[in-house]
Amino acid sequence: MNNSDLAQILIRAVEEADSSDRLLDAVQELAAAGIEEGVPTLIAALGYNNPGAAVAAVDGLIAIGEPAVQPLLQLIDGYNYGARAWAIRALAGIGDVRALDTLLEAAKSDFSLSVRRAAARGLGTLRWQQVLPEKLESLHTQVLEALLLISQDPEWVVRYAAVTSLETLAIAIAVTLPDQASRITNQLQQMLNTDVDLGVRTRVKFAQEKIQPQHPQQHQEVFAPKIKLQDTEIAHRGDSRR
Amino acid sequence: MNPSLENIKDLSVTVDNADGGSLTVEQAIANLESADLGLRFYAAWWLGRFRINEPAAVTAVIKALEDEADRTPEGGYPLRRNAARALGKLGDRQAVSPLIGCLDCSDFYVREAAAQSLEMLGDPVCIPALIKLLAVGLQGEQLISKQPDLSQPYDAILEALGTLRATEFSPLVKAFLEHPIELVQYSATRAMYQLTQEPVYGERLVQALAGEKLQLRRAVLADLGAIGYLPAADAIAQTLAENSLKLISLKGLLEHQVNHITPNTFSEGAIKVMNLMDSLL
Repeated sequence: MNNSDLAQILIRAVEEADSSDRLLDAVQELAAAGIEEGVPTLIAALGYNNPGAAVAAVDGLIAIGEPAVQPLLQLIDGYNYGARAWAIRALAGIGDVRALDTLLEAAKSDFSLSVRRAAARGLGTLRWQQVLPEKLESLHTQVLEALLLISQDPEWVVRYAAVTSLETLAIAIAVTLPDQASRITNQLQQMLNTDVDLGVRTRVKFAQEKIQPQHPQQHQEVFAPKIKLQDTEIAHRGDSRR
Repeated sequence: MNPSLENIKDLSVTVDNADGGSLTVEQAIANLESADLGLRFYAAWWLGRFRINEPAAVTAVIKALEDEADRTPEGGYPLRRNAARALGKLGDRQAVSPLIGCLDCSDFYVREAAAQSLEMLGDPVCIPALIKLLAVGLQGEQLISKQPDLSQPYDAILEALGTLRATEFSPLVKAFLEHPIELVQYSATRAMYQLTQEPVYGERLVQALAGEKLQLRRAVLADLGAIGYLPAADAIAQTLAENSLKLISLKGLLEHQVNHITPNTFSEGAIKVMNLMDSLL
């Protein structure tokens, strides 16, 4: 059996599934096969109101990667916000820069918070190495402006997602836009001081630590088992004195 | 092709005051006594939604708990329901005593809203009144009936008792672990965890995440978030449900870690939860 025959069988299984469980199994199998011909069916599965199947389809689309980007951008569902959120998640997971305009638009102005959330996250997971160096600066500026805006979204989860992307962008623009980096650190500090949501403030603090480990030793203490750290410290001190 | 039996309710639509719903605080307070019952109903919801906890608003919403004008054909009190719901969000303890009064209302949904808001207000003074309502389903420390008893909002009452740490009444709460309705069982399980901190109850909720029905898995996600049960983190991330609900649940775990466990640094648990949340965005 060749790939195409296999694809037809797996696609038919999705189309003929007559229960939530069968649909989930069929989508999982099609996703696991990683065949390009399955892309439209996987995209359709994002709209079936079956979270398990949607997760499997997103994973499958991410694994297929670049060949799925164009169909995702074309078939994105303007009327079903559930499907749209999953499609945006797939684009975010693939990280292809061709999705940038779609992500910017969705993050700034979609009415559904799950779409804005997925798009805000996607702006931080783009694979910038695809971009020609001379174009990078203007794209980073666009994303920076968008994220500063999105980090004031009324919904906590969108602000949370924006923080994760400000974190990765801060690291990326250290090279391209070093003089703009303070805009990110200022925005994060302001969120830490004023955001009403404890979960968001906690994620901001985590982002700050990842961007700027100011006190490496204290930083380590948070992550490493304490006893071990103290041991090595003592050993070091002993060494240097000798 | 049969996509799905369940409809996902949109948890995500932001509230826009699109259809003439744009109000000022003064208007909303005035509307609570409007001749138009629809405007009263909307105003009570609006004051809660935007957490307008000014004294004048609180007083007006408390007054709406005694409304007689707005009735359903079955005898329900829509405005009272909305007013009771709003008072939980306004966070003013003046509402505690009037809400306790609502636990005697003839309308089931008013009693349910009152129990939920009393939980949010966090004043243990309401515990005896909640116990009185819970006891309707009990004979001593046993459930009266093995048949589903829908006469009282038991799930809301149990959740409130757990949050309010009504430890001396845990034998009564425990009886509801056997209630024939699964949602009520979960509420009792969640309350038992809060009352005893015994992992066996947390684990029972984790097992429920593997259950058949999406609606129940959604409820359990909310329960685990409310009790901040950290060992559930991976199971929450993996259960078959919408990411929005998983994220809310995990946020509950995260905030519990930050609030109760390690106020100033990140625990390993907090970092693990944040990494899971990032992966679900």
